Amino acid sequence: MSAIRSAALAAAGLAAFLGVWEAAPRLDLVNPAFLPPPSSIPAAFGREIAGGAWPRAVAESLSHYVVGLGVGAGAGIALGLLSGMFRWFESLTAWIVRLLRPIPGLAWVPFAIIWFGVQPSAAVFIIAVGVFWIVFFATQGAVRGVDRDLIEVAQAFGFRGPFARLTKILLPAATPGILVGVRTALGQAWMAVVAAEIFGVPGIGARMMQASSLLSTDIVVVYMLTMAALYGLFDTGFVALQGWLLRWRA
Amino acid sequence: MNNLENQRPIIDIKGLSLAYERDGRRTEILAALDLAVPRGQFLVIVGESGVGKSTLLRVLIDLAKPSTGTVTLDTAPETRSPMALVFQDARMLPWRRVIDNVAFGLERHGLPKAERRARAEKMLKLVGLADLAQRWPHQLSGGQRQRVAIARALAVDPEVLLMDEPFSALDSFTREGLQDEIQRIKAQTGKTVLFVTHDIDEAVYLADRVVVLAGSPGRIAADVSITLPRPRLRRDTELVEAARQLRGELSRRSSDL
Repeated sequence: MSAIRSAALAAAGLAAFLGVWEAAPRLDLVNPAFLPPPSSIPAAFGREIAGGAWPRAVAESLSHYVVGLGVGAGAGIALGLLSGMFRWFESLTAWIVRLLRPIPGLAWVPFAIIWFGVQPSAAVFIIAVGVFWIVFFATQGAVRGVDRDLIEVAQAFGFRGPFARLTKILLPAATPGILVGVRTALGQAWMAVVAAEIFGVPGIGARMMQASSLLSTDIVVVYMLTMAALYGLFDTGFVALQGWLLRWRA
Repeated sequence: MNNLENQRPIIDIKGLSLAYERDGRRTEILAALDLAVPRGQFLVIVGESGVGKSTLLRVLIDLAKPSTGTVTLDTAPETRSPMALVFQDARMLPWRRVIDNVAFGLERHGLPKAERRARAEKMLKLVGLADLAQRWPHQLSGGQRQRVAIARALAVDPEVLLMDEPFSALDSFTREGLQDEIQRIKAQTGKTVLFVTHDIDEAVYLADRVVVLAGSPGRIAADVSITLPRPRLRRDTELVEAARQLRGELSRRSSDL
């Protein structure tokens, strides 16, 4: 009953939002060229698909997204595990981390372009840097938080090396925490995709910049909604994966 | 039965002491402990909390290093796991199904997976939980979890089973059930058992021999054989009398402090 009620309220809220959005340009409260009404979006979407721009941009952005996320999260997990497992590694990197961590991912854009050119690899680099720290700290914290008693169980049964400790206890025990970090990174990475592509690497961001320079704001909105949909898709898929991986939890 | 092989103790502890230093203060847990455990004995170590009973087991399984003294084991050299420990809390690995928890220690024994599973299934049957093999640990009761922990320890086929207050966190019905169960398992497998508890009634009910640890640092205050045949009755006069004597011994020792 209350679930139906809250769904109805949510639908009403969305309808009201779209209503105001539709009304504002139609009543000439704002210039329709600056804010296209939602009713104009499906047609713009149709044109983008028919012209082939939408599938191409989405494919390009997705490939940056997946590779960048994979590289950044992979490096974050690997170094986070090392740092969580070995105090000496944490000490060794303590000041490097302090130095590099506050630098926003986007501040790497100039170097990305100098090192990689306006190429997909530049976008991958920016995305990877953007998600690295989130995953790194989530992993390090999760490994730190592993119950000492379980590590003792492994030792009592003769699993005494660092590799056995990692595979038998630390990694499975830290998985819930690592996944929380990765899920945050999933959202963060879209931000980095747009940022990287706005500087010209072909993809959704580049297409949005192109459209906005021609004042085709309806097309800009098409890609904004596209990103929202892609994010929703990935997040839903990830939550399902998370549920399956953590099915052992109460 | 009278040959020399059988007379050599399976565990021979000589002059064992353990102390640690923290903030410049030295704390002694165990001092100059001598203890020989014959093969196949059900030895119960009883004492108040803090006398180093658990520490002794931790030294034996190599989770703690003694400051001085030696532990000599007379176990087969090819044994991969001469000893296995059952902790006070079951400490199951929550991400593994029951069967994979039981098979855990075997993953170091170089056995193929099918063989590990078969062995784990056999152990689950032994503790009466064959039906729960595919459950997750959080779906089990406290008593069931402790049975799984016992199966996990037995799975590696240790020559000595170490048990650290394994039933103290359970309700009394479950505890009594498991006390009978561990005696049946002991009879069935012939393992040597070193069982730590602070419960004197539990000690005399289970033991072939009770060793009382008392004092700080812990020393052996009494060493008593209980020859009553099994199965035993909990309220058997001989057990009640043995428990009474041990209680007297313990209170005398602690008032000496």
